[in-house]
Amino acid sequence: MNILENLRIALDNLMLNRLRALLTILGIVIGVAAVTSLISLGRGVEDYIASQFEGLGADILTVRARPPTRGFNRSAITPLTTADVAALESDAIAPSLIAVTAEYQVQGTVVYRYDSISSSIRGVSPNYAAVNDWYPLEGGFFTEQDNTAQSQIAFMGKTAIEDLFGDENYDPTGETILINDLPFTVVGIMEEQSSTFGQDPNSAILVPLLTAQSKLGNARVAGSGYSVSTIQAQIAEDGDVDTATDEIETYLLAEHGITNPDLADFSVSNPETISEARTEVFATLTLFLSAIAAISLLVGGIGVMNIMLVSVSERTREIGLRKAVGARSSDILSQFMIEALMLSLLGGAGGILLALGVTTIAGNALLSGVTPSLSADVFLLATGVCTGIGILFGLYPANRAARMQPIQALRFE
Amino acid sequence: MNDLHSPNGVPVIDIHDITKTYEMGKLTLNVLKGISLQIKRGEFVSIMGPSGSGKSTLMNILGALDQPTSGEYNLDGEDIAKLSQVDLARIRNRKIGFVFQSFNLLKRTSAQRQVELPLIYAGARDRSKRARAALEAVGLQDRLDHLPSELSGGQQQRVAIARAIVGDPSIILADEPTGNLDSKSGTEVMQIFQRLNQEQGITTVFVTHDPWIARHTQRVIMIRDGQIVADQQVAEPLVAGESERPSEAEELQGIFEAAYATPNAGAAD
Ligand SMILES: Nc1ncnc2c1ncn2[C@@H]1O[C@H](COP(=O)(O)OP(=O)(O)O)[C@@H](O)[C@H]1O
Ligand SMILES: [Mg+2]
Repeated sequence: MNILENLRIALDNLMLNRLRALLTILGIVIGVAAVTSLISLGRGVEDYIASQFEGLGADILTVRARPPTRGFNRSAITPLTTADVAALESDAIAPSLIAVTAEYQVQGTVVYRYDSISSSIRGVSPNYAAVNDWYPLEGGFFTEQDNTAQSQIAFMGKTAIEDLFGDENYDPTGETILINDLPFTVVGIMEEQSSTFGQDPNSAILVPLLTAQSKLGNARVAGSGYSVSTIQAQIAEDGDVDTATDEIETYLLAEHGITNPDLADFSVSNPETISEARTEVFATLTLFLSAIAAISLLVGGIGVMNIMLVSVSERTREIGLRKAVGARSSDILSQFMIEALMLSLLGGAGGILLALGVTTIAGNALLSGVTPSLSADVFLLATGVCTGIGILFGLYPANRAARMQPIQALRFE
Repeated sequence: MNDLHSPNGVPVIDIHDITKTYEMGKLTLNVLKGISLQIKRGEFVSIMGPSGSGKSTLMNILGALDQPTSGEYNLDGEDIAKLSQVDLARIRNRKIGFVFQSFNLLKRTSAQRQVELPLIYAGARDRSKRARAALEAVGLQDRLDHLPSELSGGQQQRVAIARAIVGDPSIILADEPTGNLDSKSGTEVMQIFQRLNQEQGITTVFVTHDPWIARHTQRVIMIRDGQIVADQQVAEPLVAGESERPSEAEELQGIFEAAYATPNAGAAD
């Protein structure tokens, strides 16, 4: 007795009861389709999130002033200052960092001739371009000289150019624009960057940090120079995220006179940790939804068991006859196990096909930019789960068939 | 060298003091009450007895389909009582060909495949060749692909006989093989059994209610109430198909007193 023969018997029987087999596997088809499409869509979204953070520099920590997440002392936030920037640049305080750059943002009205736009103006340090690996299309970035002289010069992104000049291909170099009524000379165009999370970096208008702090805003802080909106710190090759974060936190907590880290009035974050946190939230959600979808697999499995019990009962005389001509219990067991496995695996195959359809449609129509990743391991998982279902829910009916006594089975009406 | 045409002393079946008891709640049903019997190689035996006397029970035990409550059973030198389930399956597969009253063919399965079934479980290689040879032996060589629903009762029973002989068993056991057939088909089936016995020396035991059928065998065993009440050689076994079965009128000859007047005699003219 070989497997091939049992495969043939199972196939013959399924073909004889085509509609019944089809209805039986429907539960598994739906269950597998739901689980696999959820997993692959979920992975697609995770990939999407990760790709959005890609290129944001895994080696860069961003420091922001923000109210403490706990405690009630919300109004007393010590701003970040240029003094902090200078301190973090020193090896004594933060040896893990190789570069520290600061940004000061103001909201501004930008005017060119008769057109005006409202935009956030970003004052940045001269090393901002190097740290962010984001350079002007031609020529150099701001110099230390530009900064200390509080030069009224600006770099513009493509989107800002389009907004203000009406044409993104226009080269405004040399033009004078008014920012909050002060004349600025456009000195260059920034490289185009892909947008992240709907924020378009190309809409930036960059000016020297000190210009923004003293001329566009009022950022003077007694004894500490000027306040900044964000500090970006680049981690040295031999440093790591945790140590660097620790160094920054230790310094700022001491500086701000805070002993309990839970009451910190600033945050230190890293694109990777943000990405990981978001991906993790999403993965948990996917897992939860998949678990719900898996319930339909359970229902499908019960359907297989039900139909197998019917099949065994209907074919009692056949089982008796097979035993009478020499079938062993193990032959009968494997005959029905293979039939159950065939049902559940057919269901799995149908489910995967359905999932392919669903994810293609969902990927195309519903979530632009998200590519569902229906990879081999999902197929393997589905196949494995279906095999498990076939064994789990086929074993009882098959065992029942195998244990029949020949003469009782033959007498069965 | 075996003489195929007459029984030679070696018993294929040797049972001693077989009993079978069914427990039906408080009731104990003694269906077989100590049966001892020897059937020699090449014998052609019929078992007769009233309905409910235990014939099928005995046949099922002989066919290793059922176990006796007590007693000894030796089949072809093997002690059946001591065998495991797996070995019993092997015995049923290799040594016994069972023919049932109700044919017991698989639904929607071709004749050839029905006959291959024992070979499948035996793991035999040349299945289709052997199945076709067996079907030819019962005269169904041109019905290989027919389904049971496309065959007459007699033909279905012949498929079942082919299935019984295909594995070259030591013995064929048939429980009322003609019971569901009309007398013509019954005679045909009878002819096949007789021919297989005479030409191939296949040991055959079958149950019948029909004395005419029993007259074709060499030995008739009578069972009543779970016991053998007679076991006799037939002086001159009939040859199936050669002698005409007596008509109903002939069988009833001489038992009538007087004829009724036919009411409409002559009216047909
Ligand atoms: N599984 C069973 N349980 C209880 N009684 C049975 C069973 N099988 C057979 N019998 C009883 O055993 C007796 C003999 O049955 P059986 O061997 O079929 O008779 P026969 O074939 O001679 O007509 C009958 O009275 C029948 O009711
Ligand atoms: Mg009977």
